[in-house]
Amino acid sequence: MTDATPGRAAKPPARRLKDLIYSEFFRTVIYQIALAGAVVLLGFYLYQNVVENLSRQNIATGFGFLKEVSQFEIGETLISYSSRDTYGRALLVGLMNTLSVSAAGIVVATVIGFSIGIMRVSSNWLLQRIALTYVEIVRNIPVILQVIFWAAVIRNLPAPRQALELWGLGFLSNRGLTFLLPVADPAHAWMLAALGIGIVAALIAARLARRHREATGRYIDMLWPSVGLILGLPLLTWLAFGAPHELSFPERQGFNFRGGATISPEFVALMAGIALYSSGFIAEIVRAGIQATPRGQVEAARSIALRPRFILRYVVLPQALRVIVPPLTSQYVSLIKNSSIAVVIGYPDLVNIGNTVMNQTGQAVEAIAVMMVVYLIVSLVTSIAMNFYNRLVAIKER
Amino acid sequence: MRLTNLSGLGAVAALTLGLVGATAVEANSGDTLAAVKARGELLCGVHPARHGFAAPDSQGNWSGFEVDFCHAIAAAIFGDASKVRFVALSSQQRFPAIQSGEVDVLARNVTATLSRDTALGLNFAPPIFYTGTGFLVRKADGIEKVEDLDGAAICMAPGSTTERNVAQIFAARGLTYTPVVIENNKQLVDAYVTGRCDALTKDKAALPGVRAFDTENPDDHMMLPGIYSKEPLAMAVRQGDDQWYDLVKWVTYATFNAEELGLTQANVDEMKASDDPDIQTLLGVIGDNGTKLGVDNTWVYAIVKQVGSYEDIYMRHFGPESPVALDRDQNALWTEGGLLYGFPMQ
Repeated sequence: MTDATPGRAAKPPARRLKDLIYSEFFRTVIYQIALAGAVVLLGFYLYQNVVENLSRQNIATGFGFLKEVSQFEIGETLISYSSRDTYGRALLVGLMNTLSVSAAGIVVATVIGFSIGIMRVSSNWLLQRIALTYVEIVRNIPVILQVIFWAAVIRNLPAPRQALELWGLGFLSNRGLTFLLPVADPAHAWMLAALGIGIVAALIAARLARRHREATGRYIDMLWPSVGLILGLPLLTWLAFGAPHELSFPERQGFNFRGGATISPEFVALMAGIALYSSGFIAEIVRAGIQATPRGQVEAARSIALRPRFILRYVVLPQALRVIVPPLTSQYVSLIKNSSIAVVIGYPDLVNIGNTVMNQTGQAVEAIAVMMVVYLIVSLVTSIAMNFYNRLVAIKER
Repeated sequence: MRLTNLSGLGAVAALTLGLVGATAVEANSGDTLAAVKARGELLCGVHPARHGFAAPDSQGNWSGFEVDFCHAIAAAIFGDASKVRFVALSSQQRFPAIQSGEVDVLARNVTATLSRDTALGLNFAPPIFYTGTGFLVRKADGIEKVEDLDGAAICMAPGSTTERNVAQIFAARGLTYTPVVIENNKQLVDAYVTGRCDALTKDKAALPGVRAFDTENPDDHMMLPGIYSKEPLAMAVRQGDDQWYDLVKWVTYATFNAEELGLTQANVDEMKASDDPDIQTLLGVIGDNGTKLGVDNTWVYAIVKQVGSYEDIYMRHFGPESPVALDRDQNALWTEGGLLYGFPMQ
């Protein structure tokens, strides 16, 4: 390139090729296509190689095994399942278990994380130090150890025969938390519908109140009316159905309890382990978000005598959330992935069941591929949902 | 410029990999034995910790029933039983490990079944240990038979034949149970010992080890009597290498036949002078059995001298003095009412 002089009128043909190679278009498009092509070819080649080698060794390939009968039982199922169902359904059971423990974990991690995060910036020295200690402990111990720790704690609870009684409401034993449950009744479906209607009504009422405030400048407190709508409607439905109040009490019977509902020790241990671990990170994210709001904003809000609740809701949170939500998304995604630690303590999640399927069928490549694709989809859906929420709470530039 | 160089590199790498990868693992007749001889040691896949079958001691030396069969194969090939490298494999790892050629032979509590023989691309040598699904329970619970376990929580390992057998045993009797499936053996045993489960299920032969080593007071625990399933444990090799399969198969038979002919580690030297043609053939004094298998003619002598006959191996690990004593039951010679029947070595 040293002999290239700008502004030359006519170029010899040999230079044109070189110009083409160094042109921006060529670099951005052709090289990219070449690289993508090489990657696709490599992937295709690896796939071919695996298929060919497996068939040469007479090892079964393909996804036909998903339709075969599994012949094994699963301890916890959210959908009906027995050993006469297929491997495909067994994996679905595993996925549902992964999703349920992750969902519970996300809720718990968020609640604890936000509480601790707010305590971290509290002006109360004791609260602040407690929060700091908590964060440093849960964040700096590997999540797998935390899960094993909780599993060990729960396993060492008393056996069902000596289970701790919880004020007549249930039992706590090494078989999990067993508690009373209302006997299924048609009223429950209607109460659920009433709850939905109540939530929608509360949202509409809140919006009307805001319009009124924006139009007239007069504030209507919608907190208690909202609570009334959300809780009152189901309660009225319940009364309308003659207040069915039959309860299923857990009773000691044989090895375990009959009646009531049980949350398994593995579920609790796994959920506690992954949720507390993530809550430490979430607390720090929340603290960072709150501290990212300029101090002057709070002071300005105070100077116009805004109530503390409104300062948080209308001044701090909108600005903090745009800092909080993106890193929070990656915490949620990593919590979902951490749930695969289930395999260590025996919670029947996707990986645990996938392992069994892999071993019964011997089709390791396919079983791992199924698990990878499912985790990818779940993580991507979580990210998309959180990005959608992020767009909702992000500051709208007007 | 850097980026363009890299993409070129990617294409070259893809091509190179294409050339190299095309000759990936493949078992042809003769390959495995040649590879083992060239390597100078046998790679044997064993259980990470199953008392009696395979477990490393505090110095890292492996011992156990299946470990001895690995030693027997090494003795046949090299005339030196110590030329083995043990690869500890979890129940998930074991089949990919043999399929990919990471180990030459699996002696890892593998139950021979039709689907494993076919879909996994394996060949099974004759079973070296016959057992069945067993249940370890607490005496205080008053459980006497499997019917008493209705509604119980049962701890088991994932992907084992046991997991399926329990489903069938309970379904056939119209019983229910809650499986607690844990891969990590330590966690699995811990779940039973701490009372998370009412019963621990494994192969019958594996339970005495748990009872003796892992429970606080072995007398508080008992195994349910009766056999509820067939579990023939056998060594497995890859399909496609018939010579290697033959060798592993005949090493197994050699230990049976050695016992049948009254050979032991202690008397093998004097028996070498025996006039019995069967003993002479077995020990390679006459005939060319070893040559036919691709090893030295004195291969059986090496096995019996360095490792022992089946009886020697069994008594060493499951004899009355061992911590996991087991009656021989089905694992006796056919002449004594057992199932061990060595094919004639002519």
